[in-house]
Amino acid sequence: METKLYVEDRQIVTPGDVLAEGLDLLPSSGCFRHGNVIKAKYFGIARIKNRYISVVPLSGVYMPRVGDGIIARISDIQATFWICDINSPYDALLQIGAVTDQFVDIAKTDISTFYDIGDVIYAKVLSVTKSKNVQLTMRDYRAKKLVGGRIIKISPSKVPRVIGKEGSMIDLIKNKTGCQIIVGQNGIIWFKGENEALAARALLTIDREAHLKGLTEKISQILG
Amino acid sequence: MKEKEQLIIDGKRLDGRDLMEMRKIEIEINPLKNAMGSATFKFGKTWAVAATHGPRAAYPKWIQNPESAILKVRYSMLPFSTWERSKPGTSRRSIEISKVVNDALSNVIFFDDYPKTMIEVFVDIIEADASTRCAALNAASIALALAGVPMADLVSSCSVGKINGQIALDIAGFEDNYGEVDCAVAMIPHEEKVLLLQMDGIVSKEEFIQMLSIAKEGCAKVYAAQKDAIKQAYRTVEAD
Repeated sequence: METKLYVEDRQIVTPGDVLAEGLDLLPSSGCFRHGNVIKAKYFGIARIKNRYISVVPLSGVYMPRVGDGIIARISDIQATFWICDINSPYDALLQIGAVTDQFVDIAKTDISTFYDIGDVIYAKVLSVTKSKNVQLTMRDYRAKKLVGGRIIKISPSKVPRVIGKEGSMIDLIKNKTGCQIIVGQNGIIWFKGENEALAARALLTIDREAHLKGLTEKISQILG
Repeated sequence: MKEKEQLIIDGKRLDGRDLMEMRKIEIEINPLKNAMGSATFKFGKTWAVAATHGPRAAYPKWIQNPESAILKVRYSMLPFSTWERSKPGTSRRSIEISKVVNDALSNVIFFDDYPKTMIEVFVDIIEADASTRCAALNAASIALALAGVPMADLVSSCSVGKINGQIALDIAGFEDNYGEVDCAVAMIPHEEKVLLLQMDGIVSKEEFIQMLSIAKEGCAKVYAAQKDAIKQAYRTVEAD
């Protein structure tokens, strides 16, 4: 069986597009094998790395992955855990053991003294099961409660664009606006500082025009 | 019995098309900003708008499937879409079409990727001039792809029929009312998989086989248009 590649790296593909033929190449995330050929599952950009072919979707919901740093909102409190809204089809649990090292006597303590409903936290995804039960943890040097500031939502698939190559885009916005900015992998961005309105404008422009060329120039133009 | 109408004059149809000619296809990508993915699809005067939400948590909770997502499709015709006012809301007809569109789309979506969730598709017919279920299906499959729903392929659909004793592609309103046969076909064109096949009227076996092969060509044309429209919307994608 001859191996044939039908797409270039970073070419736009639609669902059902044949990406490659032959058994030497392997389907990675975003594609599937159908007989001898590999096809795209999503509308997105094809990536080829050694023997692996993958498709990065251009839109879609956030799917939690272990190790992701995300921004979550506490939506409910139970006796020993919190339920968090993570901008995904699934809710996440944050258990008391993942929050503090101290002994907490739950018979005497109301755990809303740690986090209350409506609080926003930056947490790490601890585990995701096959049936999408998600657990968060605060045992990470970046994890903390976010107080004050503003929050905006962008499309989760555009988060890499907001961060830029080795953090170039987010550093540009931070330097020009003097804001403290935290980007969650789930598409929620928290920022606080002197010029929040300008930062919000820049971030929303990235969300709207992430697929266009010359984005960095446009953002520096907005930031002045 | 209906009165016999003259639908083909000098080899041309009433709207000036040849027998194997399709009405003009127009597609608009993401016209609705609040939906996750949306599309309008036009076959001449037939005009469908589809919007997709989800995958999102399925409620009421008892409809959740712990192993896969569920698809909900709602097709409806707006009151002003037809020549005479059609009553808004669900009807026997809209329930049927919602079901067949759901069944056709269910063949291509990877439900296992999003357990416990539901994917909702709303299709409204703004203007009806026959082949509305085909336009609805075409619009819905574009909207799903734009919403980032994992799919094995796009679904393409078109109608074929028999008017004045001759087989014709893409039946328009008047031909539907006064012709002999109207048949809606949805396919994955390059795999030759039929996902929807509905027909009313009487044809011979030979004619039916001929109609299917014509429908296949029509679906291939629709497929090319769908794919082109989706890619055009993001023509200038630049990698990061």
